Formats: sequence, structure tokens, C-alpha cells
Amino acid sequence: MKKRGSTFYLLMIPVLLWLGVLIVIPHLDMLYRSFRFETDDWEMVFSLNNYLTFFSDQIYWLTFVKTALYSIGVTILAFVVTFPVAFYLTKVIGKKYSGFMTLLLLIPIWIGELVTVYGWMILLRDNGVINTFLLKIGLIDSPIEMLFTNFSMTIGLLYMSMLFMIVPMMSALDSMDDSLIEAASDLGASKWMIFRQIIIPYTTPGIVSGGIIVFMLVIGDYVVPTILGGKSSLWFTEQIYNKFLMSFNWNEGAAFGFLLLVLSSTIVWIALKLSGQKLDKVGS
Amino acid sequence: MSYVLEIKNVTKKFADFTAVKSVSFNVEDGGFFSILGGSGCGKTTLLRMISGFEEVTEGELLIRGESMEGVPPERRPVNIVFQSLALFPMMNVEKNVAFGLQRQKIPKNEVSSRVTEMLERVGLVGFEKKNVNDLSGGQRQRVAIARSLVLRPSILLLDEPLGALDRKLREHMKIELKVLQREIGTTFIYITHDQSEALVMSDHVAVMNEGKFEQIDTPKNLYKNPATSFVAGFVGESNEFDIASYAGGELITNNGCKLVKPGLDFQPNKLFIRPEAFILDSPETLPDVALVKTEIKNILFDGANTKISVVIKESADKVLISLPQNAKYDNLHEGDDLQVGIHRDDLKCYRD
Repeated sequence: MKKRGSTFYLLMIPVLLWLGVLIVIPHLDMLYRSFRFETDDWEMVFSLNNYLTFFSDQIYWLTFVKTALYSIGVTILAFVVTFPVAFYLTKVIGKKYSGFMTLLLLIPIWIGELVTVYGWMILLRDNGVINTFLLKIGLIDSPIEMLFTNFSMTIGLLYMSMLFMIVPMMSALDSMDDSLIEAASDLGASKWMIFRQIIIPYTTPGIVSGGIIVFMLVIGDYVVPTILGGKSSLWFTEQIYNKFLMSFNWNEGAAFGFLLLVLSSTIVWIALKLSGQKLDKVGS
Repeated sequence: MSYVLEIKNVTKKFADFTAVKSVSFNVEDGGFFSILGGSGCGKTTLLRMISGFEEVTEGELLIRGESMEGVPPERRPVNIVFQSLALFPMMNVEKNVAFGLQRQKIPKNEVSSRVTEMLERVGLVGFEKKNVNDLSGGQRQRVAIARSLVLRPSILLLDEPLGALDRKLREHMKIELKVLQREIGTTFIYITHDQSEALVMSDHVAVMNEGKFEQIDTPKNLYKNPATSFVAGFVGESNEFDIASYAGGELITNNGCKLVKPGLDFQPNKLFIRPEAFILDSPETLPDVALVKTEIKNILFDGANTKISVVIKESADKVLISLPQNAKYDNLHEGDDLQVGIHRDDLKCYRD
């Protein structure tokens, strides 16, 4: 075994601080709280009651399932919407333009999530840009209700997360030798076959890593479901928020937080298994 | 003899330049045909037109007598071995080779028997399940060739596939490719900038320059009788001289060296002489041989390619001469005088 110098231990300090103070200790504290329960005699005891609340009340686990399904849906949508863009920017147009166009794509990130959400409100509300336009050209007689629905929430979540899908996908596509596509075509593959047999398998690590980021961002988002989803769209993060800040039941909040963590980790794990990817490979 | 490929006055124009200028040639079935040229001469564009990745601007391209106009790459009886090989990294050897067959809806057992047969041909038995990234350069080469040949194309196009290999392996693959082509009998069209690859492997070589063919010939004729000054300078090594005047069967170089070359019906301005055409220590009695007195300036040792750099005494022309590595010439030194002879047939004259 090689002897470690003082630099090795010095460089370890920020890593340990980050992992320990910011991640491990808070999580252990949350885990501990989630099993604490206040009895009717104002006594704190260990109990599974916080978790049982989740299963006993229908609204909680219905929101839970809805959050999971919508997050998966938005992730898939993000792939469908961004793939053609990524392909166009990396394979169709030259390097000269793609750099500039990619920069344009990133602008919404600089503005911030909250501002872009308000932007969508201007577009989607009853007297907003889209409804006014449709009314003007006579396509509809009365405004379509788009804001504060699952639709507006999905749009918002998609818009917020698309960029995190396109960046890893573009880097995967960028590293792909164009002659692979030509070789497949030369060997008799149709365009669809080239897409399915060559491009998708090649870019799978990029797609999966983008997918994981998008999924995590969406399932843990609070701003978009609250503002664009309004009252009709419940999101599990809102339940957690309510537990902590409305009913001041930190123990139940902690339990719900842990359930969300387990849920998202499980779905990511399943996605990795299904796509045959390894976490370390996707992460790099 | 039937032609597998006929190219008639084919021109390719891009937005701002013409890559291929009215090229015509035919390739015989079962031959090994090379297109030799420097980078940017249009050889890759020509190859991409044959494979269907580029459209022909003008002219006609026929494969086995059928016009290929509007036929996409996936439907042409032609396959390419790419410069980068373009093996599919997410598939193993077997799947790479089977890829083309699977696209043709061929029954599964026939696919696997043809793949096995092809892998035997190229000597890759036992590598079926290996990932292509785990193979050596030569093995990857053979996978790429097998992947194309398994489809039994009319023509196999090879786009400088040996470029990325190291020298030793390249020498080896040259011979291997030629043997493989003989065995299988498929027509090979080979694109290269490496003249040695073209000369060793081909039945016919076309030398391409600025979008045009300078000469199509057998490797031996190409070397022995270059049709143009470009070919003379490009294929093999040559000493190049500018000719100042030609009168009465006597050439005079710009530096004043006089050489006898009777019977030219044009006024030449370029002269090429191969380094190995010089006869060292030439006896005075050989017919049609001009004798020149020189002084050795440098001995450029390079094994079998060793050359001496000499200066012609009467004219100060500098010349490179091949020096055989045998006992007879071991005692030559820099500064020695050396009389060399040149046969008049080895003086290649051109008018540019």
C-alpha cells in the first residue's frame, strides 16, 4: 500500500464536509425524525405511525402515484421533444451554427425558473397570448382553460427540464462517428432501422443520464406544480411542504420525504436495469 | 469481358468547386482497381458517388449495366469499408457481420451459417462474441471487410482502410487483402493516397489529380511509363529536371547538363529520372547509355532504400541515386567521384 501524503488528507476535507455535513447527517436526522411520533400524552416515542398515515389516507398515496406517473411521462416527453433538436444540432447543421444555437437554448436557465413560469402564465391564461390569438383567427369561440390544469403543469415541467435532457444527449450524439450512420445505410438499413439499431443504442448512456436528471428535477419540483398546476394539480412535494409548514408536523414530513426518496431511487434503479446501463457509466 | 462498373463522363459539382471533372472508366468484374491520389483530388467524392452517398451532377454511373441514378445507398449492390471502419461499438463481432443480412429478412439459420462462413474466410473463428472494441487493429479491419463481403456485393469499396494501422501491420494487411480478393473474386475498388498500397495490390490503378484521371494502367506500366509529368512525379520517386532546350536529339537542363534523347516529337520542358535508373560505375561500352561524372555529397542510409545524393560535375544538378546495399558499394564515401550511366529509355520527358 502506498503511503498517502498530507495533500491526500487535505483534499479529503471538502469531500467529507460536503458528503457528511450536507448529505449524510441531515438524512440520518430526517430518518430518525420520521420514526418519532408524539402520543396523546405529548410524549415522543418510536413508531411507524408517520408511515401508516401515508397508507391510511387515500389522498396521500394517490398524489404519490400521480407524481410518479407524471414524472415518468414528462421524462419520456422530454426525450421525444428534445431528440430531434439534439440530432439536428449535432448531425445536420455545421458546428459553426450549432454552438450559437445551443447557447440560445440555455437562455431560460439564466433567467430562472420562477420568471419562466410567470412567462408561461402570460401565454396560457384565459386572456393570454394563445387564447387571444385563437379567438382572433376564429378557431375558438370562448377561451380554452389551460392554466392551473395538469396540462399547464406538464408544459411547465417539460420546459424547465428539457435542457437537462438535451445537453447529455447532444454530447452522446456529438461523439458518434457519422460514418456509423452511413455504414448502416450502406449495409441496407432503412432510416427507422438506423435510428433504432444504431443511434438509440449508441446514445443510450446519454439518454439515460439525461433522463435521470430530468426525472429527479421533475419529481422533486415544487414551483411549477404549485404555480402552474394550481389547486387542481396536487404534487407530492406540496404534501411534504404542507406537513412541514402548514401543520408543523415535521415527523410526518420527514417520513413523506423519505418515501419520495425511496420512490425516485426505485424508479431510477428500474430504469437503469431496463436500459442495461450501469450507474457509474451513466454518471460519467 | 463484362464490366461491373461503368463510369461515363461523371462530374460532381459542389456549391463553390468541382470535385470530379468528367471522369470515365470501366472496372472489370473480379478485378482489384485502385484510385490513387493526394488529399483533395476528388477520390473520396468519386467513391461516395459509387456508393450512393453523393449524387452525380453530370454523367452516368452503371453497375452491372444498370443505371444507378436515384438508387439510394441501401439499395445498391455495393458496400463500403470506411476509413474509420465504422464498426458498431454496441454490437459484438457476430452481430456486426450479421447486421446487413438481418436487414434483408433472410432466415435466421441462413444468416448464422453465412456469418460463420464469412468469419472462417477472414480468420476470425472464435471471436464471434467479442466486443469489437477489444480487437486489434488488424482484426477490426477484417470484421469491417467481413461485414461488407457477407452481403456478396458486386463491388466492395475500400476507403483507405489501412491508413490507421501501424507500418508493420499495414504491410501485412496489403498482402492479406490481395489474397482475400483473389480467393473471393469480388471486385475491389480501393481508394488510397499510398502508392505502395495501390501498386502492390491492384490489377489496375487510376492516378487522380484535381478531379481528373491522369492515367489508368497496370501498376507496372504506371511506374515504367508514366503518361504525364504528374504521374511521373507522384508514383514512385523521381529526380525532376527543368529542360532549357531540346534540339537535334539533345536535352539541356536548366543547369546545363546535356543528355541524348533522340526521337521526341514535341518540345519537352520536364525531365524525370528514377533513382534506381542510374547505373553505378557504368562501363563505357553499354549501348544507348549516357555517362555522367558526379561527386557524392551525402549518403542517406535507409536500409534497402539507401540513396546517395550526388552533384553532376558539369552542371551542378543535384540528383538522388539508389544505392544497393551490397559489398560492391560499401566502400563509397562522401566526396568520392562516381561515374554513372543513364539509358536513354529511362529519360522520361514531358511537356506541361
